[in-house]
Amino acid sequence: MAKRIDIANLDAYYGTFKAVGDVSLSIEPKSVTAFIGPSGCGKSTVLRTINRMHEVIPRAYVTGQVLLDGEDIYGPDIDPVNVRRTIGMVFQRPNPFPTMSISENVVAGLTLDGKKRSKAELDSIVERSLRQANLWEEVKERLDRPGGGLSGGQQQRLCIARAIAVQPQILLMDEPCSALDPISTLAIEDLIEQLKADYTIVIVTHNMQQAARVSETTAFFNLPGVGQPGRLVEIAPTERIFSNPTQEATEDYISGRFG
Amino acid sequence: MSTTVEPATAGTAEPISIHGQAVRRGDRIFRGVSLFAGITILVIIGAIGIFLIWRAIPSLQANTANFFTTSAWFPDQTPNPVFGIAALTFGTLFTAAIAMVLGVPVGIGIALFIAQYADRRLASTLGFVTDLLAAVPSIIFGMWGLSFLTPHMEGLGQWLNDYLGFIPIFRNDLNQYSKSILIAGVVLAIMVLPTISALSREVLTQVPRSTIEASLALGATRWEMVRQAMFPFARPGMISAAMLGLGRALGETIAVALILSASNVINWHITEPGGNTFAANIALKWNEAGPIGLSALIASGLVLFAITLVVNTIARGIIARHAEFRESS
Amino acid sequence: MSTTQMTPAPATEPALHDLLAGRQLPRWAPLAAAAAGIVISLLLNLISAVDGVAGTAVVAAILFVIFQTGWSLRVEGRRHAVDRLATTAVYATFVIAATPLIAVLATVFVKGIKVISMTFLTHSMRNVDTQGPGGGLQHAIVGTFQQVGLAALMGVPLGILAAIYLVEYTADAKSSRLARAIGFVVDVMTGVPSVIVGLFVYSAFILTLGLPRSGFAAAIALAILMLPVVVRSTEEMLRIVPRELREASLALGIPRWRTITKIVLPTALAGIITGVMLAIARIAGETAPLLLTTFLSQSFNYNAFKGPQAALPTFIWDQFTSGTQASQDRAWGGALVLITIVMLFYAGARLIARFTGVKKF
Repeated sequence: MAKRIDIANLDAYYGTFKAVGDVSLSIEPKSVTAFIGPSGCGKSTVLRTINRMHEVIPRAYVTGQVLLDGEDIYGPDIDPVNVRRTIGMVFQRPNPFPTMSISENVVAGLTLDGKKRSKAELDSIVERSLRQANLWEEVKERLDRPGGGLSGGQQQRLCIARAIAVQPQILLMDEPCSALDPISTLAIEDLIEQLKADYTIVIVTHNMQQAARVSETTAFFNLPGVGQPGRLVEIAPTERIFSNPTQEATEDYISGRFG
Repeated sequence: MSTTVEPATAGTAEPISIHGQAVRRGDRIFRGVSLFAGITILVIIGAIGIFLIWRAIPSLQANTANFFTTSAWFPDQTPNPVFGIAALTFGTLFTAAIAMVLGVPVGIGIALFIAQYADRRLASTLGFVTDLLAAVPSIIFGMWGLSFLTPHMEGLGQWLNDYLGFIPIFRNDLNQYSKSILIAGVVLAIMVLPTISALSREVLTQVPRSTIEASLALGATRWEMVRQAMFPFARPGMISAAMLGLGRALGETIAVALILSASNVINWHITEPGGNTFAANIALKWNEAGPIGLSALIASGLVLFAITLVVNTIARGIIARHAEFRESS
Repeated sequence: MSTTQMTPAPATEPALHDLLAGRQLPRWAPLAAAAAGIVISLLLNLISAVDGVAGTAVVAAILFVIFQTGWSLRVEGRRHAVDRLATTAVYATFVIAATPLIAVLATVFVKGIKVISMTFLTHSMRNVDTQGPGGGLQHAIVGTFQQVGLAALMGVPLGILAAIYLVEYTADAKSSRLARAIGFVVDVMTGVPSVIVGLFVYSAFILTLGLPRSGFAAAIALAILMLPVVVRSTEEMLRIVPRELREASLALGIPRWRTITKIVLPTALAGIITGVMLAIARIAGETAPLLLTTFLSQSFNYNAFKGPQAALPTFIWDQFTSGTQASQDRAWGGALVLITIVMLFYAGARLIARFTGVKKF
């Protein structure tokens, strides 16, 4: 079920402002790809173009191609609603629906289509998703309690469970640990390690150690100058990016000599 | 040069003593005055209830009819005053109900339009305009309702009678369609729109962007997102917005007084002229009332006060409980 | 994967396209549906199955909804059809609401501008036959300004002080409970109908304390009506003054009350003024309490404490209910003047808010 992603000549705009220019890269299935780079370099923007969340911001649009196993998700007969259903997303801050219980949160994506499902079927999906998100043991006694009552790290795993409950092809993570403490971060990183067996994962992170720990491939984005669009500097196996980058900018950034 | 330094040293020199009686007295007085202002507000609400009860008693004692079940309003009739609030209650509740049925969905729709559907710049202008309309005095709505809306509503009244006349409330046996409860209700609906939409807009724009994006990222259409992410979050606020609108509709005076042809009878045919409300009745009967008449009007005002107090308390209770819930979670 | 037993066969290659694809209506679809609705409605009008502008518009709108939703249902499926229906409904509510509201303003302007003249603005109704033309409303403008001014003199300080108590003096448990009670009462007070406040002023001040029916009695009622608005807006403005500012001042040894009057209030001043102006805009058009607490005068009365005094709302009420063409014209003229004053206060408040960066309003 995991798919590969090929981005070709992608430009992303906010109104007249070009946030990222000319990005081309490939993401292998069943692997973890990390996007790193300084603030404002457009790494989150690129991530959000992969499930067409970029365009929910007023006047934001994209040119270029994003291919999911060769299928252009910006093609004329493609429905963005279906794209988002196929490509799951986890956000920077845990955002469970505050008015829903834990189990309602997990199946929130499934129940959108309005189809009748038996309680048993929903229950089994809740359990399976929470187990996959390493959260089942912690919450199985209180599935009908509000999701907002969990700790930050638990909430984020609940959001991961919600994203994988619809069985997406790809999982996008936008700095999923930046609002979490180190122990919760570790739990999420362990989870990412397990999930890559089934999913293609793309993770944006500020934390270079995290990129080094969890990813096979790392893409480094940079901002050439103020007011200019962000660029993809290089993408390579993580090991090589951190030991022997080909670009000077990458080396400066990962060695902390940035700026 | 030296003049710029001086005030600074003078300022520090003054309040420095630790035992500064002057300082503490200043604080005590200021605190006392502001406490007094706060207490005054409590006293006012209490005094409204007490004085209305006190001044209502003479007429209630003189009344020879049942206050709650009588429709007629002849409090100054000697020797036997007859008056009651049955027709007033009916008219007040019915006009307010029409206002709610029409005003709540439209008010929430406008709020949703401004909060989610309209372009940002357009939205802030629209927000300003709807707020502005809350400031249009009610007498102006009343004049407009009588001279502009009434002629335009006759066609609708006719149509309701012709096609839906089998439903009793839409039947019109008089073939007159002006000054009706329906028209008053429609004007009230327009008047409560700004109240409902302003508060609903406030709660709808408070829905966190992250919650909205969570729903969209799961593959929700815009409407599904509104139902999944926005409405549950904003529901308590929208309910209390509706309640506050209801409070305004129940107590609206001048617009209704101008539009209704005041008659203290219960008439279920809402497109026919007639009907009256608590507030309109007070304004219309005030200057022709004798001592018992005034007291009777105060008695009816007391009932209206109680009704609006209950409605507002419930609305505020919902907001307060929800705020606490949100803080604790 | 254990997942295969749940959803059968999303594995094969062509399935991906089906997963992502969704046939969508062309961009011009709503326009086409609207055009079709209007054309058919006009045709129905011609064969007189439908009549009148309103009828044609309503039928066109209904046809538009049916066409678009049906088309979308066929091509895009149920979820998108519902989404389009909801979008249409939301836009429709806006049109439904905007129409009467614009109509109100337009009616007041068109009918009011006819009688506006220098004479109208600078004369009273003294010695003018109410049934005939002529006369003016300056006496009512004077009365309104006096009554609203007196109300503000009473209501504004009281409201600001109460807000200060609510924000600045509620640290301990006992006063915080009192503050909660006051806050709740302020909210409830917002919803008390103005006619009730009029009744209260009549019962308490006129019947009991022997105050005559006068502009001042009306001002008391208006002060009570503006009180909750002033308290709430001031309270909000005081709450957004940063705590650090207060602490910096207190740490310098400046006593609390001076911190409040010299640091906190000036910081919040623009917001407080905005709130006061909004409150004034709200009470300037109140009619019911004035009917209960004043007697209408047709001449100038510069003493709000004695004798009958006119005000714009009661002037309008009197002229409108007099029922002749000339008096109704004057009522619309009064309405235009009143609405202009109210809007000026309102727009002024918004401008202050915008230029001083007060976010809330």
